Amino acid sequence: MAKRTEEAVIRVRDLSVGFRDKLVLDHLDLDVYRGEVLGFVGGSGSGKSVLMRTIIGLLPKRSGKVEVFGIDVDAISEEELQAIERRWGILFQHGALYSSLTVRQNIQFPIREFLDVSERLLDEMAVAKLEMVGLAADVQQKYPAELSGGMTKRVALARALALDPEIVFLDEPTSGLDPIGAGEFDELIKTLQRTLGLTVFMVTHDLDSLHAVCDRIAVIADGKVILAGPMSVMLASEHPWLKAYFRGKRSRIVAG
Amino acid sequence: MNGEAMLTSKRTGERLVLTAAGAWTAVHAHDLEPLVEAQAQSSQPVRAVDIDIAGVKRLDTFGAWLIERLARAWIERGCDTKIVGLPEDYRGLMQEIHAVNLKPPPSPVEESRIIKGLDAIGRTIVGIGRATVLIVQMLGAVSAAAGRAIAHPARFRLTSLVAHVDRVGWHGVPIMLLVTFLIGAILAQQGIFHFRKFGADIFVIDMIGILVLREVGVLIVCVMVAGRSGSAYTAELGSMKMREEIDALRTMGFDPIEVLILPRIVALIISVPILTFLGSMSALYGGGLVAWFYGGIDPDVFLSRLREAISLDTFAVGMIKAPIMALIIGIVASVEGMEVRGSAESLGAHTTASVVISIFLVIVLDGFFAIFFASIGM
Repeated sequence: MAKRTEEAVIRVRDLSVGFRDKLVLDHLDLDVYRGEVLGFVGGSGSGKSVLMRTIIGLLPKRSGKVEVFGIDVDAISEEELQAIERRWGILFQHGALYSSLTVRQNIQFPIREFLDVSERLLDEMAVAKLEMVGLAADVQQKYPAELSGGMTKRVALARALALDPEIVFLDEPTSGLDPIGAGEFDELIKTLQRTLGLTVFMVTHDLDSLHAVCDRIAVIADGKVILAGPMSVMLASEHPWLKAYFRGKRSRIVAG
Repeated sequence: MNGEAMLTSKRTGERLVLTAAGAWTAVHAHDLEPLVEAQAQSSQPVRAVDIDIAGVKRLDTFGAWLIERLARAWIERGCDTKIVGLPEDYRGLMQEIHAVNLKPPPSPVEESRIIKGLDAIGRTIVGIGRATVLIVQMLGAVSAAAGRAIAHPARFRLTSLVAHVDRVGWHGVPIMLLVTFLIGAILAQQGIFHFRKFGADIFVIDMIGILVLREVGVLIVCVMVAGRSGSAYTAELGSMKMREEIDALRTMGFDPIEVLILPRIVALIISVPILTFLGSMSALYGGGLVAWFYGGIDPDVFLSRLREAISLDTFAVGMIKAPIMALIIGIVASVEGMEVRGSAESLGAHTTASVVISIFLVIVLDGFFAIFFASIGM
């Protein structure tokens, strides 16, 4: 179902975001196309997470426009925005699972709030989502504090997918996982993206992830997207930062 | 087709054809589930079932699961069930969904009310026992740390102590003065109003003097400190526990009791008597003002009467209690802080418990003190 069309589901234009006297995003433009996995990379503190948090409305913008599904998110009412928010899911870097709810309650929470479905279907969907992210059904009684790092990420992904969103935002999905776990997680993202027809916006530092799952990569530096394109374009670039990033010492095994 | 989700059935002989159409997505799940259940429960005498989903425009995990559930219901009844007309786009999704929910859900264990009630009582009693042990343990650990600090004064965290005295003592002064002032004033007003009926207004001064210095001053201050500083201690220690800061201290060879808890408790032991003294004076001042303006008792009369009514013992009783109450508040706050587990809810529960338990213990202890001081004639 991963038919790629050139329809931009997220269109960022001329976006500036800053804190006090520091401009983090400086008139930034970015398109994310339907059905693609976009990897978003940049140095630490370059504003990757800031862009993600601005698109999903957690940070105010100084100027510019963010369109999601072709709708300007600043020009619509609270209800219309909520309707859009139901169509995306977010995996926060540290999971952000509700610590006072069990795994099952965490996954059911958005479904229960937004859809009027029976308890039986709620329970079945919770198990279905858990099994789709590769966890066993008996995890559902646990509390977030009892989960390992990898399990937390998977449960958080299951929660992000609870309402069957069209776009999924992933903030460093493989950080803190061992290479095997990270590889499995990449595989999982790819599988889910294919079966559910997701558009994935992924902030990451993981070169393996970039190689394994991303259709396109966007690079941010100095508050702007300096290059966007598939891996081959990244590897061909002569930009010093890109050369250091994609062809540096740490990347040789993957790239070579 | 207008996008509405539909499920229709048609029987020809022993073959039932269920035709799904429209958008089988999460938003339609509410309408779809009854349709699916009706077809899954229907008692048509058939051998074979075809579920035709060629007309499904959109499908997500909710819709896919409902179709899968329908298919499983018929398979369970021994019918030859097939899903036909599966659009190529959704093949992966249906395969994925086919593999989930295979294990039957665990049946919830029903317990009788009596057992539940007994269980709750048992757990509460064990909890109280555990809390007592923890408080005694903490008292021991803090004493040991204090002993080490006395033996090696250089190891004691003086900076931390000063910072905490500043926070719980100095910054607490205004609110303590205000509250105790008001309490003193209210006691005087109520006393004068009722004692006047017997022409005994002057004895209000005895009442205020004894009550404020022996009981009210220290109790009000302790309740305020438990709410203001005890809760803060629990929340601080609890969130340090949650973020593994306490584990980090341990691994660097520091004793959290020595680094975090001892300075906090010593700060309380220093601050509470000072606050009690200031609070008692403030309450007497408030009482005196009300006696003057409301009861018409001159300040001179108030002071000379006060001097006759109270002795140094009266004052000493209140001040002796203060540091011990402070210790109790500090110990309870620390125990509860160290008991915080992963969740935000746990932090909230332990902060509440810290305040409730320390106020309760302060009042119980005050009762024992009353009996003790009465029997030694103070």
